[in-house]
Amino acid sequence: MQFFIEVLVGGLLAGIMYSLVAIGFVLIYKASGVFNFAQGSMVLFSALTYVGVLELGVPAWEALTIALGVMVILAFIIERTVLRPLVNRSPLTLFLATLGVSFVLEGVAQIVWGAQVHGLDLGISDEPIDLSGVFISKFDVFAASVAAGLVLVLGVLFNRTRLGTALRAVADDPLAALSVGISLPKIWVVVWSVAGFVGLVAGLLWGARLGVQFSLSLIVLKALPVLIIGGFSSIPGTLVGGLIVGASEKLAEVYIGSLVNGGIEVWFSYVVALAFLLVRPNGLFGEPNVERV
Amino acid sequence: MRRAQPKAKSLALGALLAVAFLVVPFIGDDYWFSAILIPLLVLSLVGLGLNLLTGYAGQLSLGSAAFMAAGAFATYNFELRVPGLPLLVSVALGGVVAALIGVAFGLPSLRIKGFYLIVSTLAAQFFIQWALTKFGWFSNDNPSGVISAPPLVILGQDLSSPVGRYLLTLTIVSFLTWVAWNLVRSPTGRSWMAIRDMDTAAAVIGIPIFRSKLLAFAISSFYCGVAGSLWAFAYLGTVEPHGLDLNRSFQVLFIVIIGGIGSIAGSFLGAIFIVLLPIALDHVARAFLVGIVDPSNTENLQKIAMGSLILWFLVKEPEGLVRLIEVGFEKVRQRWSRRLLPVASD
Repeated sequence: MQFFIEVLVGGLLAGIMYSLVAIGFVLIYKASGVFNFAQGSMVLFSALTYVGVLELGVPAWEALTIALGVMVILAFIIERTVLRPLVNRSPLTLFLATLGVSFVLEGVAQIVWGAQVHGLDLGISDEPIDLSGVFISKFDVFAASVAAGLVLVLGVLFNRTRLGTALRAVADDPLAALSVGISLPKIWVVVWSVAGFVGLVAGLLWGARLGVQFSLSLIVLKALPVLIIGGFSSIPGTLVGGLIVGASEKLAEVYIGSLVNGGIEVWFSYVVALAFLLVRPNGLFGEPNVERV
Repeated sequence: MRRAQPKAKSLALGALLAVAFLVVPFIGDDYWFSAILIPLLVLSLVGLGLNLLTGYAGQLSLGSAAFMAAGAFATYNFELRVPGLPLLVSVALGGVVAALIGVAFGLPSLRIKGFYLIVSTLAAQFFIQWALTKFGWFSNDNPSGVISAPPLVILGQDLSSPVGRYLLTLTIVSFLTWVAWNLVRSPTGRSWMAIRDMDTAAAVIGIPIFRSKLLAFAISSFYCGVAGSLWAFAYLGTVEPHGLDLNRSFQVLFIVIIGGIGSIAGSFLGAIFIVLLPIALDHVARAFLVGIVDPSNTENLQKIAMGSLILWFLVKEPEGLVRLIEVGFEKVRQRWSRRLLPVASD
């Protein structure tokens, strides 16, 4: 039983790390309807930039600011070269464009900062804490609280500020938003910058775990089932989705995986996501779309 | 916008086929057959398969490579376990197995729409690759999970030489292209396009959504499966599941986008582009960038080039290479007709 709880808690905490990647994705989907496959590359790009600047001898806080600045510049570039020319195109086209963006980002990041693994130490130890017999990694708890804090902050940003209202207006009806004077390009830049910031946070936490390296960009494949379960347009949904994916994946690996030669983690979350979709085709918290002919 | 004359088109196509079947086998060398023409044809076939599903029926798939792997391993097992089965039959059966798997993973498309659907095809991609690696039965308990191809013999003719493999691939690809060309002009193809353009409206006018979508998955996966068998047996002579991973699926998707989504000729143009681009970039890098760019960065440069080209195509020519060529052809034709018939153009 104690083993079960340990696996469960470990899975839940790992799941929150997935949600971190998914949050950036939801932000962009909500505000521009773009299915942003490049979120994983943005995680890689921002983390590599941070570590790269850090290795040049720049202090941590300044490196963080620089990395953030780079992500904002990136948002401007993407808005100019990708979003603006492709306005009003089909969602499929925009999705494919983000695939192109992710190729460019991965290539540039690795040419500039090299393909080797960079170590990253955030100063939080990975030692286990004993909670009445169940051991939980301190780092996992830290990551989980960062994720929870991020969801709260973004929740306030979206629901309590002028900017948030504008973002929601754009998400709801871009044409109506334009007609009341909301600047679409400005909103896009803001949203992609915020997504870049979320990517940076995710990149730092994952990078501290795995080392900052190319495989960070593959996290997007882990985040997809999370998104699907939570629904593309719900930030709290990503947390719930992350918890479900993390827990079920770890439990399945331990209890079912041993029966079938193991390694089922790679696809199990997708099957869970499919099962959820068959019951709720728009995810748990996604808005159902009404179709008119 | 006027398109090229149908008569001129079929003439050009006939000439192309004649060259491919009658001239190329005599003038090509082994490098061209093994390293360029065969992969080109096979990738065209996968691209065609995905184009039927995504370009015509509007269902996005990120699992093309998995269906290729399914077809390749199925063909291998038919050859291995059913003695005396003709090669073409086992290739076709490999396609059928891939089609059945495709239908299984296409089932969620009846309930899930749009981007949520990529979960299903991604599940196929990861699950099939996992199953082929983890269960030794599929690769006849070969410890590395890599299988080698059976001898390529059809009606007593040994086709193991590069020319033989080229002709085998070319024949199968031409035949399946002809089938696809007729298919998209049939009621089935028109139902697919109706569903792609708006499935609610298609349902309202009485198109059987259920059957059409599953048929699209089946036929598309059949094409991928046959292409997978050819990839394994005619191109590499061996197959391992890792060669048919998600990156390959993306590559197939790019073939479709760059060539022309919803176009049969586009699948071929896209494949030509994708096969030749790395070779061209390699030559450019060797000729101009020696000493400037670290050789280890060539792959990254290719990635950047590929990504930028995708963006460029999406922005400038969403209908792909096929449209670019049509427009170019039309311009040339207009200039010529003006020159030849100055009176008629007034």
